[in-house]
Amino acid sequence: MLLETLQQKKQAARFNKALILIFLFCLLYPLVGPAFASTESPAAASAIVNSSMPWWSWPLILFVVSFALGIVAVLGGVGGGVLFVPIVGGFFPFHIDFVRGAGLLVALSGALAAGPGLLKKGMADIRLALPIALIASSCAIIGAMIGLALSSDVVNTALGATILGIVFIMLMAKKSEYPEVKQADNLSTALRISGIYYEGSSGQEVNWKIHRTPQGLALFVIIGVMAGMFGLGAGWANVPALNLLMGAPLKVSVATSKFLLSITDTSAAWIYVNTGAVLPMMVVPSIVGIMLGSIVGVRILAKTKPTAVRYIVIVMLLFAGLRALLKGLHIWN
Amino acid sequence: MKNRLKATEEQLAYAKVLNLGMKIGLLAIIVTFIIYLSGILPPHVPVNDLPKYWSMPVKTYLKATGIHPGWWWISMLGKGDFLNFIGIAFLAGVTICCCLRIIPIFLRKKDTVYATIVMLEVIVLALAASGILKAGGH
Repeated sequence: MLLETLQQKKQAARFNKALILIFLFCLLYPLVGPAFASTESPAAASAIVNSSMPWWSWPLILFVVSFALGIVAVLGGVGGGVLFVPIVGGFFPFHIDFVRGAGLLVALSGALAAGPGLLKKGMADIRLALPIALIASSCAIIGAMIGLALSSDVVNTALGATILGIVFIMLMAKKSEYPEVKQADNLSTALRISGIYYEGSSGQEVNWKIHRTPQGLALFVIIGVMAGMFGLGAGWANVPALNLLMGAPLKVSVATSKFLLSITDTSAAWIYVNTGAVLPMMVVPSIVGIMLGSIVGVRILAKTKPTAVRYIVIVMLLFAGLRALLKGLHIWN
Repeated sequence: MKNRLKATEEQLAYAKVLNLGMKIGLLAIIVTFIIYLSGILPPHVPVNDLPKYWSMPVKTYLKATGIHPGWWWISMLGKGDFLNFIGIAFLAGVTICCCLRIIPIFLRKKDTVYATIVMLEVIVLALAASGILKAGGH
């Protein structure tokens, strides 16, 4: 038990360090990166504009790819946004501004669709989510404003580094079904954040409480900024923060994270909508594609090996992250 | 014990509004997109010209197409492409409705801390939706 607690602490510390390092890179890169003052790559843009493909082919391909991403996201246990932004940003002719706007709306739609069921079953906890949502959604606005003010080269480079960081987190951070929380901290006690949920697989009622709430809330400042900046959604960071750092059971963390996204992404999505970075011709095929894909993914889930799919997702993210990084650095245009 | 296993009143109320809003929003984006594709309402930006614009940074795109940011789209609902913003805005606005729904529940339960948190959340989301906060563009 002691060994397990120590391992949880180590995992939480490793996750914090990784997230802070990624955040610092994203924050400092625009200041020191040589591409900060650079403009868009005209050669690449004109090559795409001069493409002989009819206008409707790209939205159609986007729909098909989003459908596939919806399946893979469910099987790999990740949100759609984290796959959508680097892959569509890296391999489609759309500008990264529109890709991030669409990515946020994709992540938002998924979270809105899942929210009612998770709340009704008591898996997502509204008392746990609301204080975090207030911080994350405020910071997501700042992130969106920063992200839209930066040049696409800077965004692509920082996005690529972030995606590679996410791959690192996915590989290193082990999840804990029921983290050991010896004593709830004062803040979570004052906010009455605790609960019981019914674990269907074992037929048991699981009591849970959380700890390290102030540190957790502080971490959501970073998570909120990054969610808004890259339009990725933030499930990849929410779950380890809730589970490893704050000690919420894994299922409660996953469900609360999904619900949390519906609030965090709303604030950032409005900034993208009000800035004009939302193209219906991109957004609607993406949302419909990823939602249909998710429905199919849930049906396939019972027949596949999640570990194998998880590694496919990691390889896809690694490739997409490298593509974004190299695109931003003008090495692979 | 059994009572604690049930979702709380505010959680169920939130879920109910979210469920309804999400379904209306999704239906709206699909219906308006079909209208857009069918050409019943002419778009502001012709669909054939879209590939010229979607690879541009947002600021350049707005200038090239004569589109104004913010809530300007409301005045352009007669155009097929802007009609889609009804569903998009609905999806982006449903969380505000959900929050507004649970404030009275928290107040009735004398849970002033959570009532305040949700009120602040509504202010944050309304501020984001208002268009007052705009990115500089590049």
